[in-house]
Amino acid sequence: MTQAATPTLSVTNLRTHFFTKEGVARAVDGVDFDVAPGEILGLVGESGSGKTVTGFSILGLIDPPGRIVEGSSIKLGGEELTTARPDRLRAIRGAEIAMIFQDPMMTLNPVLRVDTQMIETVQAHLDVGRAEALARSRAALVQVGIASPDERLRAYPHQFSGGMRQRVAIAIALLHKPKLIVADEPTTALDVTIQGQILFEAQRLCRDSGTSMIWVTHDLAVVAGLADRIAVMYAGRIVEMGRTADVIERPMHPYTKGLIGSVPSQNTRGHALAQIPGMTPSLLKLPAGCSFKARCPIAIDQCNAMPELVEHRPGHWARCWRAAA
Amino acid sequence: MSQTVLEPAPEPVLAAKPQTPFQRIVSDFCEDRLAVFGLVLVVAALFVAIFAPLISPQNPFDIGALDLLDAKSPPGTVSGDGKITYWLGTDGQARDMMSAIFYGMRLSLFVGFTSVITALGIGIVIGLVAAYTGGRIDALLMRIVDIMLSFPAILVALILLSVLGKGIDKVLIALILVQWAYFARAARAAALVERNKEYVEAANCLALPAGRIVFRHMLPNCLPSLIVIATITLARAIALEATLSFLGVGVPVTQPSLGMLISNGFEFLLSGSYWISFFPGVALAIAIIGINLAGDHLRDVLNPRNLR
Amino acid sequence: MLVYIIRRLMQAALVMVVMSALVFAGIYLIGDPVAMMISPDASEIERDAVRAALGLDLPLWQQYLVFMNAALHGDFGKSFLAGQPAMQLIFERMPATLELVFASLVIALGLGLPMGVYAGLRPKSIGAKTIMTGSILGFSLPNFWVGLMLIMVFAVLLPDLVPGFPRLPASGRGATVSVLGVQLSLFTGDGLLHLLLPAVTLALYKGALIVRLARATAREVLPMDYVKFARAKGLSERRVVGVHVLKNIMIPIATVSGLEFGQSVAFAVITETVFSWPGMGKLLLDSILLLDRPVVVAYLMIIVVFFVVLNLLVDLLYSVLDPRVRLESRAA
Repeated sequence: MTQAATPTLSVTNLRTHFFTKEGVARAVDGVDFDVAPGEILGLVGESGSGKTVTGFSILGLIDPPGRIVEGSSIKLGGEELTTARPDRLRAIRGAEIAMIFQDPMMTLNPVLRVDTQMIETVQAHLDVGRAEALARSRAALVQVGIASPDERLRAYPHQFSGGMRQRVAIAIALLHKPKLIVADEPTTALDVTIQGQILFEAQRLCRDSGTSMIWVTHDLAVVAGLADRIAVMYAGRIVEMGRTADVIERPMHPYTKGLIGSVPSQNTRGHALAQIPGMTPSLLKLPAGCSFKARCPIAIDQCNAMPELVEHRPGHWARCWRAAA
Repeated sequence: MSQTVLEPAPEPVLAAKPQTPFQRIVSDFCEDRLAVFGLVLVVAALFVAIFAPLISPQNPFDIGALDLLDAKSPPGTVSGDGKITYWLGTDGQARDMMSAIFYGMRLSLFVGFTSVITALGIGIVIGLVAAYTGGRIDALLMRIVDIMLSFPAILVALILLSVLGKGIDKVLIALILVQWAYFARAARAAALVERNKEYVEAANCLALPAGRIVFRHMLPNCLPSLIVIATITLARAIALEATLSFLGVGVPVTQPSLGMLISNGFEFLLSGSYWISFFPGVALAIAIIGINLAGDHLRDVLNPRNLR
Repeated sequence: MLVYIIRRLMQAALVMVVMSALVFAGIYLIGDPVAMMISPDASEIERDAVRAALGLDLPLWQQYLVFMNAALHGDFGKSFLAGQPAMQLIFERMPATLELVFASLVIALGLGLPMGVYAGLRPKSIGAKTIMTGSILGFSLPNFWVGLMLIMVFAVLLPDLVPGFPRLPASGRGATVSVLGVQLSLFTGDGLLHLLLPAVTLALYKGALIVRLARATAREVLPMDYVKFARAKGLSERRVVGVHVLKNIMIPIATVSGLEFGQSVAFAVITETVFSWPGMGKLLLDSILLLDRPVVVAYLMIIVVFFVVLNLLVDLLYSVLDPRVRLESRAA
């Protein structure tokens, strides 16, 4: 990676495994990436690829039977998180790293008012009175473009539309001006038009405040216009990573190519949509060698050994024996 | 950026041994030691109940065999004529407590089982009919069920028995009347889930008679949840009968169940002859706790989500 | 909202009329009360005279109308045995039962809720397993058995065996003070001491249910996204559980507790008998055994009213606790 300053986030060999009765599910199995200040990284993959678990791992929100395995490293501005004490982690969450979830209806507690939920976030990290906390919450709502914030504060979550709720969630994330925001599919549950608005807001906020963002999604089209860099995940590992333009226009990994090819666009009009045959393997029964082997149109014998993530072109990495082809 | 080293071979996943559903239920059940313990208690209670006449040292209903001088003897006393040892003492009428308990257990379990099985039968029929026919009949039946269920069982049973009078058959009737609604609702709920499944549609298309569809096809799939409810209800029925007998409106004095035995001994509790109430109480508790421990785990094991 | 309440009240009135008819018909079938009151060798004429005096010789439906007419004036007839008006007897004994039920509810919630939440938070711990096993015992052991055992242990065995252990009272009600014209024993030390064993007995069943309900709800609520989000915001675990989780648990707990209050009044019949507690329940049992019809009828009517009002209150409570429901009923 080309970095002059310390990256905001530095993930090295992250492995998060779930130890269940039926076996060990290796949801994240050796993931490495950095995020620079002010940068937006798009983390793309299907369900089961490990992208959401990666996001939760960064925040330390993995519940048993899952846990981050030894040898993993997550550094926030140089501070190691995997070995941090619980109260240090708690202080970081919401203040230095914030998270936005997918379904805002379920992330806001339905029986508590919005102001309660925002004030408690402020007071969890700052020793301020209620009035001050309320003022900050109000300011945050204005910042995300919510009109008449006073009314909204006194309301309950179910009284809002989906887009409005997500804005509230973003406002909560911004309350303490975090260094990093992890957004887990925040627009998947929303209309396409609202989606566009939220994307625009998110980009603007990051540019203005220098906040880094990891945008987790399964929708390549969403990150294509938003992210500075893209990392594609498959079966718990990153299979391709690089600048957005590079990955989209000159993909190296067959999986990425398949993803791009399956997105409907003007070019595919009138033709049958290309699909990637087969299904994601179960995380309990990963095949030996390259995980994508069974579905890959260009697999060869060499693919029985797991390829490494190699920088085939400057700033553009791929995990494939035939990437340079 | 660090590189990942060559991956070690993935750990082999344990291959599951193929098991029949029944075997799996049994093995899952035995995983919980408490449940197995409960089952042991139940078997012990059943054994005592079934073989009461054979294993009791004395027939407590044979008045001729009682020696009033032995009344209220503490546990461990030997009888006046030296023939038997009153291991658990005697009551106010010189009955051997252990024998009385065995016979009492027999009656308590008998009343419990019979009432539950009958109520189960009635409830299943009504519930399945309601679920299958739907519409006004369903609404009417469920209204009745709701009204029955909204009243505390103990009050309904009390009133019923004061109307019907004493006697084992009357107790059975009261217990059945109090329980059928519970089964009817459960059966209907299970049947409604089944009714929407495809095999019912298929059977319908084959123009099978309604009765056959309901009883040969839907019923077996409703059974797991009904079995669980039946075990829990069994414990409640036994407890209810004991309560009614304790209050004096249950079984007649001549055929005491465990509840009546406890009631008989109540007056002696504070004066020191505790064993007259205590041991029947323990016996009752063993039966109820055993059924509940086993039944509670049975519910987890038979949970339809785990059955697939 | 007002329309809703009126509608519920009318439904309630209908239920009460139906229930009163059922109750009346049922009680009518209980033996011959006259036989209880006069000596067996009284002549037929004497029996008829007594029957006429009590209005027992009229046809059933006429008796029912007479009954309903009087009932609407609050007159349920005089107790056959005590001579006092039946309703007055019941009202005299009601405070004792209500304070018993109230005390048991406080104990059941105060102990059951924290235990259930704990069992939900750490389901695999030994504490949780003990609590859950204990709860099975709690609701399966018969009420009277528990009372008996408590008497045995705390009023007989322990005071005998352990020197200095206080002998807890096993029967009767303690000293009372007058509060707003009603005699209550809740506020005297002696009263509380007498209340202790019976209240604990009555609380066991309810407490066990609350434990299981709290645990089940906690297990449902804990994996919810908003709990995870609360943690992601950096809130302390105490706040996450104490506010976010608890407020959601309170909804089903409150509704169940409310309904259980009614059930407890019924169970109080047993507890009052075991502990000779002078409440409505003991009165009911004695009246049933002695065929004192007016008292039984009056009791059942009170119970019906109780249940109906309780159901209504629980519905209102539900809409207070769950803001999602509130909005819909306002819009309706």
